[in-house]
Amino acid sequence: MSLASIRKARSAIAMGACIGSAVLGIAALALILGALLWNGFSSLNLDVFAKMTPPPGASGGLLNAIVGSLIMTIMGVAIGAPLGLLAGTYMAEYGRYSKLTTLVRFINDILLSAPSIVIGLFVYEITVLQMGHFSAYAGALALALLVVPVVVRTTEDMLNLVPGGLREAAIAMGLPRSLIIRHIAYKAARAGLITGLLLAVARVSGETAPLLFTALNNQFFSTNLNAPMASLPVVIFQFAMSPYKDWQSLAWAGALLITTAVLVLSIGARILGAQKTFK
Amino acid sequence: MSDSTASLVGDARTRALKRFNLGDRAFHLITKSAAVAVLLLLGGVIASLIHGSAPALSEFGFGFLTSEAWNPVTEKFGAAPAIYGTLLTSFIALLIAAPVGFGIAVFLTEICPFPLRRPIGIAIELLAGIPSIIYGIWGMFVLAPVLQATLQPWLIAGFADIPILNDLFAGPPYGIGIFTASIILSIMILPLIASISRDVFATVPTVLKEAAFGVGCTRWEVVRRIVMPYTGAGLVGGVMLALGRALGETMAVTFVIGNAHKIHASILGPGTTISATIANEFTEADGVLYTSSLIALGLVLFVITFIVLAASRLMLARLKRQEGR
Amino acid sequence: MNEAFHNESRPNAEALGDASGFFPALPEKMSVRNLDFFYGDHRALKSVSVPLFDRKVTAFIGPSGCGKSTLLRVLNRMYDLYPGQRAVGNVLLDGENVLDPKLDVNALRARVGMVFQKPTPFPMTIYENIAFGVRLYEKLGKADMDERVEKALRGAAIWDEVKDKLNASGLSLSGGQQQRLCIARTVAIQPEVILFDEPCSALDPISTAKIEELFDELRSEYTIAIVTHNMQQAVRVSQYTAFMYLGEMVEFGETDQIFQTPREIRTQDYITGRFG
Repeated sequence: MSLASIRKARSAIAMGACIGSAVLGIAALALILGALLWNGFSSLNLDVFAKMTPPPGASGGLLNAIVGSLIMTIMGVAIGAPLGLLAGTYMAEYGRYSKLTTLVRFINDILLSAPSIVIGLFVYEITVLQMGHFSAYAGALALALLVVPVVVRTTEDMLNLVPGGLREAAIAMGLPRSLIIRHIAYKAARAGLITGLLLAVARVSGETAPLLFTALNNQFFSTNLNAPMASLPVVIFQFAMSPYKDWQSLAWAGALLITTAVLVLSIGARILGAQKTFK
Repeated sequence: MSDSTASLVGDARTRALKRFNLGDRAFHLITKSAAVAVLLLLGGVIASLIHGSAPALSEFGFGFLTSEAWNPVTEKFGAAPAIYGTLLTSFIALLIAAPVGFGIAVFLTEICPFPLRRPIGIAIELLAGIPSIIYGIWGMFVLAPVLQATLQPWLIAGFADIPILNDLFAGPPYGIGIFTASIILSIMILPLIASISRDVFATVPTVLKEAAFGVGCTRWEVVRRIVMPYTGAGLVGGVMLALGRALGETMAVTFVIGNAHKIHASILGPGTTISATIANEFTEADGVLYTSSLIALGLVLFVITFIVLAASRLMLARLKRQEGR
Repeated sequence: MNEAFHNESRPNAEALGDASGFFPALPEKMSVRNLDFFYGDHRALKSVSVPLFDRKVTAFIGPSGCGKSTLLRVLNRMYDLYPGQRAVGNVLLDGENVLDPKLDVNALRARVGMVFQKPTPFPMTIYENIAFGVRLYEKLGKADMDERVEKALRGAAIWDEVKDKLNASGLSLSGGQQQRLCIARTVAIQPEVILFDEPCSALDPISTAKIEELFDELRSEYTIAIVTHNMQQAVRVSQYTAFMYLGEMVEFGETDQIFQTPREIRTQDYITGRFG
């Protein structure tokens, strides 16, 4: 066999392995989605949206968990997003060249991938321990802290994409930075900023670990923010681990709901992000 | 000020400018405080973890890291099994996911027909965002029974006569355990590795690849000799980022790890990880020492992931600089 | 060629130390005196002195990298935005030092407007593009504001083209229209000086002609500086021309004189196309 044909064969084998790994990886992910759809849809019915989480062995729904997830996610985003937006604004505008920005960017990138369960421990210590009980406040705070790094990152990136010429033109008119940022940069980067927000919501809506010991869980419908509150991920965790068939199928239904929500949010973010709002 | 300014717009402009400066300084201060708050957030996490783990660390000292004990009744706690499980599951997951992820990236950048590249790439990125609890329940309900019935007995039988490996794959096939958790983790980090590697591969200038093809390199030689060396730092950074995720991952692991505070020689046996231990036991932990030991575990986890993630960011930053040159 | 420069080299200060000395009758709106400018360690302007005469158009010409755009960006302290850039020397606006660190740069920039190479309409409607800046400085009623917007758009010779679509996005206009919108936006806040940084280099010849026509109109109210690569453009729009080379002010004079009887051999080489 000539050297050329050996090289060719080696390349063919390596490329075959790449195709194989692509097939393998995509198949594994397809299997997961398939199982989720199959089990999720077979457990999905109107009761899921209309009834409360049941006691062991009984049938019921996920209404309280859905509402709890919505409340805490909205609160978390409402607290975390403004902080992230402001911090990202500093990094891209006032502090673009400062050492503080480099440091914050580095730390923020680490927070972005830091174990969420550790954030849960932190919030447990500063809220649950101090207040003496689990509460939706604590859960929302934990989610907020997970929202912050996502929003900081996208805000900085998106504002950096705003053309320097636009900023200079506004500055050349004698307008102060604060007005330029709020009336021009935010406007030019609007689609990107909303994308970041959606990604943040997607990120926290499936978070389980930090809620386990902050918001805990609640078998009943509750909108009391100062008391434990159910959430979809925590209910899924509890029900899936249980030996009861009814609970397990509710867990699948919940998993399907969360995945759908996350996919819708990320696809929405993607469509929005693809829109060109500035040149 | 000249007369002409005054006559043109007069005091109104001067007043407006004064207002601007005030507002601008306020907004500057607010945004800067927010940026500092991000730093304080990290500082707060570290401080609270240290504070919370102080009782356990002062009771057990450095022995906490090496002790295998985990007994809530006698209040003896050691982190060794959880640290071992955390590192081992992540290591095996990486062993599986990194080559497969690279393969997917090569497939997407070199082989895949153009019209399919974007859709497959987007699908993979979307999968990277799916909550880990989904991977967890799939692992428990679907993968674990399958592994218990097929792969695990086969591994146990197949390696029974080979020294070392027969210890590594010793029975009985539980289904759940370190091995299953590792596989779930590998599937979970696969989209992350694949999409980062693809992005990193895309930074290779086309002319460089074309030049290599021009001198008669095969596709594999271009990947191996041009693309991989060029993107080395970025690839390692991407893998480390995935490692950081895997180390701290809670829900994908907790369902299938078995929650046993033991170090088994066999990777098929049940074990635990730091995050799974905290998730399973924290709300039920009574007593200062028990809770504090769990928080100390969290501190250990945070330190490990911090180091890995910091290294990963530095490497990805290096690639970015190289690209900018 | 470099040889020629050395042979011909005359001390900068002697040639241009007080350029206004050549034109004693004209009032200087802005005067640059012995200005040095640094990008980090790189000295981009070397002891530059030049006047901007009141209500005249002064063109800055010279090969790429000669410092003419840099000079313009000193006049409104645009360089402030970037770290590592600093100016040393004197730049006077009505006798007031522009480089004074205590100076309110926003006030300065409101008085010294700037139009850039690439059109930069804000991401808002055509009307808002003009009104936005005005509203910040002055409280005007709806009618007054409409009037101001119309006057500014007329001043930039774009009123007829946009009067029926004032609520369309500024980005929907063509490049030349966008540039005139930017001129209107600058004019609307009633500056005293307007700096043009190669305003036509991104435009087609017809749009360029329309903008050049504006200059005669504009100079009745504003002092104007324009950086251009196009020497014909300098001849067409300016009364005074400054030729810069490698960060130095080589020659300043009446436009006709610079282009017909340059005193410096480097100027002559440049305008006759021997380099640049």
